[in-house]
Amino acid sequence: MRSQSRIAFYLLLTPLVLWLGLLIIIPHIDMLLISLRERISFGVYETSLTQYEKALTEPLYLRTFARTAVMSVLATAITLLIAFPVAYYIAKMAKGRLQQVLFMLCLIPFYVSELVRTFGWMILLRETGIISNLLQWTGLADQPVELLYTDATMMVGLVYTSMLFMVVPLVTTLESLDDSVVEAGYDLGGNGLSVLREIIIPHAMPGIVSGCIVVFMLSLGNYLTPTMLGGKDSLWFTEMIYNQFIVRSNWELGAAFGFMLLLLSSVIVWGMLRLTGRTLKETMG
Amino acid sequence: MTPDLECADLVKQFGETTAVDNVSFSVPPGSFFSILGPSGCGKTTIMRMIAGFLDPTSGDIRIKGGSVLDTPPNKRPVNMVFQHLALFPMMTIAENIGYGLRRRGMAKPDIARKVDEALDRIGLPGIGTRKVDELSGGQKQRVAIARCMVLEPDVLLLDEPLGALDLKLREHMKVELKALQAAFDTTFVYITHDQSEALVMSDQVAVMNDGRFEQIGTGQDLYYRPDTPFVAGFIGDSNRWKGRIERSEAGTVQLRTDTGLAMRASGADLAEGTAAEIYVRPEAIRIAATAEALSTFDNQLKGTVTSLLFNGAASRVLVQDDVGETLEVTLPQSGEFASLQRGDTVHIGWGATQATCFGAG
Amino acid sequence: MIRTVLMTSTLLAGLATVAQADTLRLLTWGGYAPDDVVAMFEEQTGHTVEVTKSNNEEMIAKLRATGGGGFDLAQPSQDRIMGPQMEFGIYKPIDTSKLNQDLFIPSMLSATMANTTVAGDVYGVPHVWGTSGLVMNTAMAGDTVKDYTDLCDPALAGKVSYRLKRPTLIGFAFALGEDPFAAYGDEAKYKEIMGKVEAKLTECKANVKTYWGGGDELMNLVRSGEVTASMAWDTGGWKLNDDNADITFVAPASGALGWIDTFVLPAKGQADDAAYDWINFVMQPEIAAKITAAAGNFTASAGADEFAEDSLKAKYQASFPQEAIDNIKWYPPVPAGLEAIEGDVLDRVQAAN
Repeated sequence: MRSQSRIAFYLLLTPLVLWLGLLIIIPHIDMLLISLRERISFGVYETSLTQYEKALTEPLYLRTFARTAVMSVLATAITLLIAFPVAYYIAKMAKGRLQQVLFMLCLIPFYVSELVRTFGWMILLRETGIISNLLQWTGLADQPVELLYTDATMMVGLVYTSMLFMVVPLVTTLESLDDSVVEAGYDLGGNGLSVLREIIIPHAMPGIVSGCIVVFMLSLGNYLTPTMLGGKDSLWFTEMIYNQFIVRSNWELGAAFGFMLLLLSSVIVWGMLRLTGRTLKETMG
Repeated sequence: MTPDLECADLVKQFGETTAVDNVSFSVPPGSFFSILGPSGCGKTTIMRMIAGFLDPTSGDIRIKGGSVLDTPPNKRPVNMVFQHLALFPMMTIAENIGYGLRRRGMAKPDIARKVDEALDRIGLPGIGTRKVDELSGGQKQRVAIARCMVLEPDVLLLDEPLGALDLKLREHMKVELKALQAAFDTTFVYITHDQSEALVMSDQVAVMNDGRFEQIGTGQDLYYRPDTPFVAGFIGDSNRWKGRIERSEAGTVQLRTDTGLAMRASGADLAEGTAAEIYVRPEAIRIAATAEALSTFDNQLKGTVTSLLFNGAASRVLVQDDVGETLEVTLPQSGEFASLQRGDTVHIGWGATQATCFGAG
Repeated sequence: MIRTVLMTSTLLAGLATVAQADTLRLLTWGGYAPDDVVAMFEEQTGHTVEVTKSNNEEMIAKLRATGGGGFDLAQPSQDRIMGPQMEFGIYKPIDTSKLNQDLFIPSMLSATMANTTVAGDVYGVPHVWGTSGLVMNTAMAGDTVKDYTDLCDPALAGKVSYRLKRPTLIGFAFALGEDPFAAYGDEAKYKEIMGKVEAKLTECKANVKTYWGGGDELMNLVRSGEVTASMAWDTGGWKLNDDNADITFVAPASGALGWIDTFVLPAKGQADDAAYDWINFVMQPEIAAKITAAAGNFTASAGADEFAEDSLKAKYQASFPQEAIDNIKWYPPVPAGLEAIEGDVLDRVQAAN
């Protein structure tokens, strides 16, 4: 009986171990090894830190790296600012059917692929697009307006793409906030701002942190949105990784970039948890 | 003396539904006032209007003589203990109690001092640094009250705060609440559906049904002298008969029940021939082995014990009379009926003053 | 006993037939394996064809990731064979005796074979060829744009586009009067040329609306009029010409860039016979004409011109007068190391403000 349950345990564990091992750990080790070598000539490689040295000394790579990080943090902050009132409305003010409908509205954009959604933005914002035509028709603009290919457009796209992943954890944590706790906050003399700061936000903190982590990771790892909406000035670290791997066939530098990105996201997530005094276990558990 | 709280012709409508229908009452300073009613009767709506979370459709709410209708909840000199207490789980006990003081901008040392005082008052000194979830139900209860009391409100509202506690603790907290109210000397307005809570603690109880106040009075008033059939039925238990008035004189009526029994009861101003109901409490009925022992009572019946409901001091027997009705009768625990069994024949009787008659018009 | 032997031999015969009817996993470009051609091939040979559409960089990246596995036949451009083969060994030699060489235009076959020979083995044979140059709305930009560098003319500010890829670097180098192909063997010289191109592209950046990434994106930009001149493939221009007669492909003054997409056998391909069958099948003139109709480009099939659509021929002749044909710059094999230089230039251009 005991040995049977042990067998069952290992059988159940096997897929997880295989998944982690084959798809995550082994490829990462392989990537690490690739990032640590240098091409000498055809098929001849040597172990060295040249790739990391190159990544850290070339101003272009560093700038892109920093830009990607800063823009992702900004996108996360904007997403939080927009998603919080939305989530609060869905969780606390909307009732019954309206609540479900609003939640569905947040979900519907994700029924289509990211590519299609991004094309949707392009149709709206391009020079011969809907908004440009609308502006001309209403007389607000006297010539076609190009709304694509700017950092602001890219930011709009990133925020839009990330919205759901912020709203869902926020709605979940805010729903668990007892209405009477908020009322007690007012009853004991609090105003809107202090109730928000002392009661609602501390309560929603697990949702805020996990939402921010997910959105930050998504933005950092996004490839389509920066490339398509950002246009000629879009410079995103994932694009550089893609370029090194696919276009340049320079897997060594690409792998080094990949590890820098992994490190960056780990550091920022760790920093976010430290800043809010939470552990990963509390946030994800 | 100006009442601490006064509600005048208070009405609250939600769309077509009238939740609170023309309710007026006033609560003198330092008293314990309860609103008792079944769930959905509108008592919580009244409470929320007093606290300021709802605006009345019409009528006025005055605290210490001044109307507070235009005062937002965070400015009203009224605080509320919520049904599930609504302590702030993200704060320590001391932060919970000090929350309202911080909102008033009190200096930190003063807050600390007041919080300590309050913790002493509720008999829980030194727990300030604990988290809310480290406290027992009764301790949370006291913290919730202390959190309001440090603000020295004119009126403290309590919304069924004992509902979540187990029976034993609830009994204990009834006494403790009463003691706390005396200690703080503040006006308490307490709402509950539990008549025992209301009767034990309150100076005055308002019985509420379907948006209206049926009767306001002391516990004794409600128990012995109910104004309406609802109050008679809601407070305590009653045996009920329906019938018609046969004779009426000087506060006493004679009535013939639908099942054909003649009964005497107290009840004024009921004309002969009108339909009426009689309420008799189980504990007002005397039980005896022989008819002679009951000769002094206005109403007497013979019956068979169909069931013994043992419940310690509140034990009862079910007695079926000759016409087939079943009455509930309190079983005295003085020992003389210790051998009573199912199927025994017993005699029961009660005086006309113990039977209350209401017109059923 | 006899029955058993008979049954076994029948079984073996059955197995043999199964082995002959292979699945051909084809890694190719959009339009190079039209559905009707695939259906005809499958019917005639019994093989099954699985088509994966891709581009040069991804083809090589895919084959590199698997060490040349996962596909039985691939179609990178002829300049992308020698370098990757020397570096990663992702192809296997082609047995030219299994090919019907009469089906190929002789000059193109020998040139491609020469360009794809590594250590005495031939690795590629030609299939589809074409050029890249300029697509423009002649009504709006025809007078201004004669060559790649004219895309930087201030008159066209915000109305031009190109790819941020190596053909752009090569095209601009030629337009700047350099010969990058001649400098392929001289890394220092090549770096110097690329330095000039980088300066020009950086200066030109303000003029560019956006760098296009895919053919459809470019077509949209030009069709909507948001872009009036762009670097592009000849077929893109000819397709747009069907919708708007003002838009067409123009060979630049410094010469269109000629490319040849090939057939190569991935190193771990498992259906070589089916691959040879496919090559021999699609190089037949009638079939090649169908592929020309689908892809828009001409093939290395001898005699397929007869079957090509007249309208396409007319567009081709309009875009390519004889001197323009003579001026086509055919990509030589890219030596290793150059792409790293180009990559750095492209990164810097993209990052420039």
